Amino acid sequence: MNVPFNEMEDTSGSREPYRRIADWINKTGTELLGQRREEAEAIFRKIGITFAVYGEGGDPERLIPFDLIPRAFSGQEWSVLDKGIRQRARALNAFLYDIYHRGEIIKAGVIPADLVYRNSAYLPQMVGFEPPGRVYSHIVGIDIVRTGPDSFQVLEDNCRTPSGVSYMLENREIMARMFPEIFSGGPIKPVDDYPDELHRTLKELAPAGCTGEAAVVVLTPGAFNSAYYEHSFLADLMGVELVEPQDLFVEDAKVWMRTTRGPTQVDVIYRRIDDDYIDPLTFRPESMLGIPGLFDAYRAGTVNICSAPGAGVADDKAIYIYVPEMIRFYLGEEPVLENIPTYQCGLPDERQYVLDNLAELVVKEVHGSGGYGMLIGPKSSKAEISAYRKRIIANPADFIAQPTLDLSTAPTLDGTKLCGRHVDFRPFCLVGKSIRLVPGGLTRVALTEGSLVVNSSQGGGVKDTWVLQE
Amino acid sequence: MLSRAAANLFWLGRYMERAEATARMISMGQRMAMLPGSPSHSEWASVMQATGAINDGDGPVSETDIVTNLVLDTTSASSIQACLSRARENGRAVRTALTQEMWESLNDDWRYLQGMDPTTARQQLSRILEWVRNRAAVFRGAVETAMLRKDGYYFLRLGGSIERADMTLRLLNVKYFLLLPETEVVGGGRDHHQWMTMLHAVSGLRAYHHDYLGDYAPWNIADFLLLNQAFPRSVAFSYTQINACLEKLEKSHGGSHACQATARGECNLLERTDINIIFNDGLHEYLNEKIAKTARISREVSDAYYF
Repeated sequence: MNVPFNEMEDTSGSREPYRRIADWINKTGTELLGQRREEAEAIFRKIGITFAVYGEGGDPERLIPFDLIPRAFSGQEWSVLDKGIRQRARALNAFLYDIYHRGEIIKAGVIPADLVYRNSAYLPQMVGFEPPGRVYSHIVGIDIVRTGPDSFQVLEDNCRTPSGVSYMLENREIMARMFPEIFSGGPIKPVDDYPDELHRTLKELAPAGCTGEAAVVVLTPGAFNSAYYEHSFLADLMGVELVEPQDLFVEDAKVWMRTTRGPTQVDVIYRRIDDDYIDPLTFRPESMLGIPGLFDAYRAGTVNICSAPGAGVADDKAIYIYVPEMIRFYLGEEPVLENIPTYQCGLPDERQYVLDNLAELVVKEVHGSGGYGMLIGPKSSKAEISAYRKRIIANPADFIAQPTLDLSTAPTLDGTKLCGRHVDFRPFCLVGKSIRLVPGGLTRVALTEGSLVVNSSQGGGVKDTWVLQE
Repeated sequence: MLSRAAANLFWLGRYMERAEATARMISMGQRMAMLPGSPSHSEWASVMQATGAINDGDGPVSETDIVTNLVLDTTSASSIQACLSRARENGRAVRTALTQEMWESLNDDWRYLQGMDPTTARQQLSRILEWVRNRAAVFRGAVETAMLRKDGYYFLRLGGSIERADMTLRLLNVKYFLLLPETEVVGGGRDHHQWMTMLHAVSGLRAYHHDYLGDYAPWNIADFLLLNQAFPRSVAFSYTQINACLEKLEKSHGGSHACQATARGECNLLERTDINIIFNDGLHEYLNEKIAKTARISREVSDAYYF
């Protein structure tokens, strides 16, 4: 492997976007920073910003480790990212509209029909339905990695209910609270209008029949969900109700919430639950969860569901490969952000290449997420590789492979030492009648030396992310 | 507001109040058990009974039983740990309806009792009980100084006031025999101390002296705990609070509900009743009737506000 791109320093010293950070570290000293990290952790714990990891037992309300050293983008770097992210969000929504309508992209032979129509996230019930504003994915989280000064690549798209935006906001809040001096003079673009922008996005896509101020709710599975903190945080900052499925019911093809004043109509549901659990009548007859009749109300146009049911097709790892083609097909533009070269194990030629080079590749399950079920070739033993090989041969179409990337590293506190650790980046693009993107996002960092897995479920941490004024 | 949120706030209020009241009752048991000539297990048994907990063990109730059942048990609705963690769960489920300070006061240090063994808890019992009272006080302070006086506040206060009326009634109910006129004849130092300890349990020792000059008399103590309009832990005072919260809620929601009628009726009765009449008719019967009435109001509130 090559030496990964160091975001903070090049041969001539600190890179421009990191000057302020370098000065601050020098002035403060890593010793003191180490102490103050504990202070930050205590604040997180006190506020109750926690995250549960499914199936791992242990502490159900654990903290995601917060690293004090921010990650920074220059204004110029951001302008490229901004353009690329918006472009991708537009193309993904155009794709979703297309596959539930005429399927032009399939007829044109750009994307194989099987990948779309036999996709487990594809919902035939959505065919021909016109969602408000033709938007399916209202919050698009795009995971981006960096491999060089000018090279950003998209790792994956999240079109359903990407989480992590509360960390973007809280990380900044805590940095500003603890180290106000580094923000003086306003060199860093603010991110705190995200909740308002989200609220605007949701309101402007209220169903046609809604007159007056749209009643927006955030729908959560409940306090035991791992992202519950984020759900309540967003509802709170938008000033809307945080509801659980049992708080809603459908009558006269309209959605109502149970309040102390009796039923009140709901216009827009920002749902943070999966398609499978929104309406047992339509999707999972055996499920006890969900709101019976919700999908009928949605199809009757009395309520909007964000994201739309069936939006998950667009963030499938097999579809991912075609996003650059989508951008060309629907927008007639060249992609600003590249994909990572990806091999489909379902195709015989590519499969052979993958099997021959397992030790150098990262292999992922097509439908997997959260960093589970991956093989990182260079970090795996022979036995692990040969076990994984058998899985690929048994179900080749379930796997894709990518080269092991030299993810960029950002300076990170390890005790009182400053070390480079691999990072990625997830911005949150809002799609309503217009497209909104706050300058920032969530930087995840693999805290273990050399590790490439940044998922919070696998020991990753988070950082404040700065976009500097030009 | 959401009916579920109203229910969560109502129960948050109840559980915080219950945690504190349970701590107070245990303190009372501790003091009574220290009195000379007192069979400590019977004092602990009455504490157990007052809180509605069931002792699993055979034989007399010991301090260890109390610590296990009323402090550390995570399943029973009468233990301090269960009350505090349910209060927190209810709070967490309506995180958006709480102020930051309220949430922090629920969340801060909530694992303190987790995994504590009975021996340690016994050794630190006084400290734990004080810790509980402090937590309740900090929470109440956060509510009073920062929470908007809107529906959520009144549901929370309503739950707290109902629980408080209930706990004072239960305290009286297990100790009512101390207040019966005959015991005055039996008299003697021990009853005297027991009365003091009861007043201690409701932080009413000094208040009692201010309001009822002269020495302890059982009918005065009963009057103080039941009918006194100025003492914040008396049943009459709690009912005034219940009534006031329900009035606010009724005003903001419109319409009239059974719970309001019941509460108003009770308030009027408590204002007019004379303690002698209660003694004549039977204190024990009176207490049982009021406990049932309090439970009824709680049910009527859930009916009225759809939870």
